[in-house]
Amino acid sequence: MNEYNFAYLDEQTKRMIRRAILKGLAIPGYQVPFASREMPMPYGWGTGGVQVSAATLVPEDRMKVIDQGADDTTNAVSIRKFFERTAGVETTEETGRATLIQTRHRIPEETLTEDQILVYQVPIPEPLRFLEPRETETRKMHSLEEYGLMHVKLYEDISQHGAIATSYAYPVKVEERYVMDPSPIPKFDNPKMEMAAIQLFGAGREQRIYALPPWCEVVSLDFEDHPFEPSKAEHECDLCGAEDSYLDEVIVDDAGGRMFVCSDTDYCRGRRAAGHVGAQGVPYEEGAA
Amino acid sequence: MQTEALTGGFGDAPVDAARAFRGAMNAMARPGRIEDLTGAEPPAPLSVAAGVLVLTLCDAETPVYLAGDHDAPAVREWITFHTGAPFSGPDRAMFALGTWHALGPLEAYPVGTPEYPDRSTTLIVEVPELVAEGAVLRGPGIRDTARLRLPEVAAFQRNAKAFPLGLDFFFTCGDRVAALPRTTKVEG
Repeated sequence: MNEYNFAYLDEQTKRMIRRAILKGLAIPGYQVPFASREMPMPYGWGTGGVQVSAATLVPEDRMKVIDQGADDTTNAVSIRKFFERTAGVETTEETGRATLIQTRHRIPEETLTEDQILVYQVPIPEPLRFLEPRETETRKMHSLEEYGLMHVKLYEDISQHGAIATSYAYPVKVEERYVMDPSPIPKFDNPKMEMAAIQLFGAGREQRIYALPPWCEVVSLDFEDHPFEPSKAEHECDLCGAEDSYLDEVIVDDAGGRMFVCSDTDYCRGRRAAGHVGAQGVPYEEGAA
Repeated sequence: MQTEALTGGFGDAPVDAARAFRGAMNAMARPGRIEDLTGAEPPAPLSVAAGVLVLTLCDAETPVYLAGDHDAPAVREWITFHTGAPFSGPDRAMFALGTWHALGPLEAYPVGTPEYPDRSTTLIVEVPELVAEGAVLRGPGIRDTARLRLPEVAAFQRNAKAFPLGLDFFFTCGDRVAALPRTTKVEG
């Protein structure tokens, strides 16, 4: 028993968020304004994702929370505890067992199913914001489908760096209509967004919710002669040997020593449990740190 | 006010509404998919599913339009007591409720503006049957195609052409619901 309403938020707030989610699903990629509430955590710590999760959770859910792919970082642990306490839901670190996954800046490596929901924490929902600071103007640009500025930005990348240098929060076009910020996921994750699960995006400080229904067309912007390339470190995981997962580079000493490890901790753990060992890995033991 | 207006709401509102929303969201995210919606006992002619949608989504901030036979004192009193939603004509409605015939013509409802396409009416259409055959559906939320029997086809084709403007529909029958957002392309 706890002293909170189920999933913390009051019912009227949840109804308002739920209406925004439904309109978001009906207009994929369009940012629906919503009356974001103050949450018991600072803006920038996932208040948008938390509010969307709170309005979506049912008591039967098993929730997973990841921060840059990891289940064990402060932000992920705090949010998981928050919903354990206020919604009484079971939590898990296993992607396959989770029914609702709240994420900061990653899509899990394991393919999500139609029985799962992916909730993104979004810092800046407006993909055009750094090109045009005025909300009145960006809103007009979306309404007129005026996205030339975004292509100019990508073109300037090519003229200065020889390639599109944007590596995360890489803009996508949804159903040939709205240009959308996929949140700061690495562009390696962009192709995964055409998936079986429902994807919901919550930006608390910026007061926007948007959504992608399953199997929605999501195309990363590019040019014919500079096609989109999902990139990752040219390496394999030093712990589990995975060649297909997104990697974090970790500095391990003061002498320039470093290793590459899966950013998706559950994926890496699963592979090591299955007997895979990377170049610097040791055989997996249950419960070992 | 009749006392029946006071009954038939959610037994445990936070949890019942959460489960109902998941059903409604799954329906809207996957056009044509039929979901169960239970937990309310609204007065006739309101179906269980339509009553659950009203309890889950409507409140004092959402003008509701009751069309045809659904504009009955028992329905008004029930919605007022349980949600506090104000009633309006179709031109201001965020939700509209009735049979397909009574809800028309669709031109009466707001379809949103180019800058705010979300400011459009969601229609809750009471249908005599809800079966996954008939019209072929394509679009976001549907991997290949889905099927759903619709009251007509042309109106939904016109609605989809106006994208990103447009109306969104729930179809309710008994304790079941399906949905058709403006993005779905319908073939007869």
